[in-house]
Amino acid sequence: MPTLAYAVTDSRIMLRRNLRRLVKYPMLTVMLLGLPVVFLLLFVFVFGGQLGAGMTTASGITGREAYLDYVVPGIILVTVASAVQGSAIVVAMDMTSGIINRFRTMDIGRSSVLVGHVLASLIQALISIAIVLLVAVALGYRPTANPLGWLGALGVTVMFSIALIWLAIYLGLAADSVETASNSPMFLTIMPFLSTGFVPADSLPVGVRQFAEHQPFTPVIEVLRGTLGDTPVPAGSVIASIAWSVGIGGVSYLLALRTYERRAITA
Amino acid sequence: MTHRPGAAGADIVIRGLTKSYGAHRVLDGIDLTVPAGSVTALLGPNGSGKTTTVSIASTLFPADAGSVTIAGHDTVRDARKVRSLIGVTGQSVAIDDLFTGRENLRLMGDLRHLGRGESRRRADELLERFDLVGAADRPVSTYSGGMRRRLDLAMTLVSTPRVIFLDEPTTGLDPRSRRVLWDIIGGLTASGVTIFLTTQYLEEADQLADRIAVLDHGHIVAEGTAQDLKRRVHESEIRLSFDDDESFDAARTLLPSARPVADARRLDLPTDDTVTAMRTTLNLLDAASIDVADVEVHTPTLDDVFFALTGSASAGADATGYVDADDESGAA
Repeated sequence: MPTLAYAVTDSRIMLRRNLRRLVKYPMLTVMLLGLPVVFLLLFVFVFGGQLGAGMTTASGITGREAYLDYVVPGIILVTVASAVQGSAIVVAMDMTSGIINRFRTMDIGRSSVLVGHVLASLIQALISIAIVLLVAVALGYRPTANPLGWLGALGVTVMFSIALIWLAIYLGLAADSVETASNSPMFLTIMPFLSTGFVPADSLPVGVRQFAEHQPFTPVIEVLRGTLGDTPVPAGSVIASIAWSVGIGGVSYLLALRTYERRAITA
Repeated sequence: MTHRPGAAGADIVIRGLTKSYGAHRVLDGIDLTVPAGSVTALLGPNGSGKTTTVSIASTLFPADAGSVTIAGHDTVRDARKVRSLIGVTGQSVAIDDLFTGRENLRLMGDLRHLGRGESRRRADELLERFDLVGAADRPVSTYSGGMRRRLDLAMTLVSTPRVIFLDEPTTGLDPRSRRVLWDIIGGLTASGVTIFLTTQYLEEADQLADRIAVLDHGHIVAEGTAQDLKRRVHESEIRLSFDDDESFDAARTLLPSARPVADARRLDLPTDDTVTAMRTTLNLLDAASIDVADVEVHTPTLDDVFFALTGSASAGADATGYVDADDESGAA
């Protein structure tokens, strides 16, 4: 078998292994899914009336329902950020249990172990997003996207998720314990709050507003808001989303691969 | 049969291996040749560089200088080929805690591209051989220390490797589990596989290995069979103890070649043929009517060897921290 065929086979075996691990350790997914669901309920029921007071959607909805529409893209990214924390945790579990050392002394496709983790995490993140969206729908969320809009939303979500997963995998490989690995990607769950995900940029104080306007989560949220709702999708946000995803993903991929190949647990 | 470096008869050839962590030189130019089909033990105290040697030889990380070849393939330039030939059981058990024993073995079979049927058959066979059938479908997080080690070794054997690395395979196990693992490792040699194991237990090296290399502070300080090493220290002795000074002094005069140990009223008589020497000596003492309180034959142990070679107490007895006064600080 040529090298590429081995790499594909090995990635598939590792993906299957990681999915089985997720099934055997359901508490991890439940824990990671809990955060966005709680935030969704909190922001819509507790703060939604106040935050949505001045909002009117294109279809004329106001108040809490309008805020629900507004906040769903931000919640989707909280879901992604929370899910990738799981990627860092499971990779760190592999590192500390020594099984990564076993894989590294076996003739396995160069990046298959990590690709298996990335694909499993992506599936986990997408399932989590689907569940969060169902909760949102139960609360009254009615996306008006056409099939093309859904496709665009899925595309940008997958792209940005893969980038954050590689980042989390790198953090998990570099962590010296599972605890460190579960803490280091936590800043990612704060990022949607410092973007246009929960309140419009012009309501933010100077400094935070500039940060929100230029950080990677904002363009992704804007693209999601445009594709899922009935507002136009800003072209600049599409380009920025692609650029941030490729940039974060590319750098993290290289760092992760380097760390995987160099770092041996000798304890 | 002699083995030239790099010859077809050698499965592991280590040349000039050097590795430092910061200012601490862990390996300082190691040369070692492991003949094909042999069981070679790398014996040394904690921190002597055993795990570092195995890690480099099993492609985990490169050395600073020097080389390792496995069956003629360089571990850096030809890492993939080397990985297809070796099986590694590291010091920390490398199993998937969320999986059952059977799932762990099948995962290894899949990753070795055995095919689905063969992978299953091999898993069943190894579960049987390692006495894990009853626990096969339980998550390995419920396994005992000995069971985890057995599964770990079984996972290494899924692909019938040509060279097996065992890094401290029984450290931390109770005596019974250790005995079971020794039997398994002993059984492997029948298949002609080459085994390179590290240990800090002299007894383990003596029990399992054809050849022993003693590693101390990053240097190989001795190499040979257990017999060779024992011979390097001193010969066997007959130790005669006496109840009173009168007999002791009389025996000293009678046996001038014996080494007196005055505080214990004991005479140590070096000899290379204990049976003949014992008979002659006892006859001599009997003829002179000297009463002997106790007779003991002392043959050198690897403990003596270890002490003589490294100036340190037995590694097994001193497993906590081995840092000499002249060692660089921070070395561990």
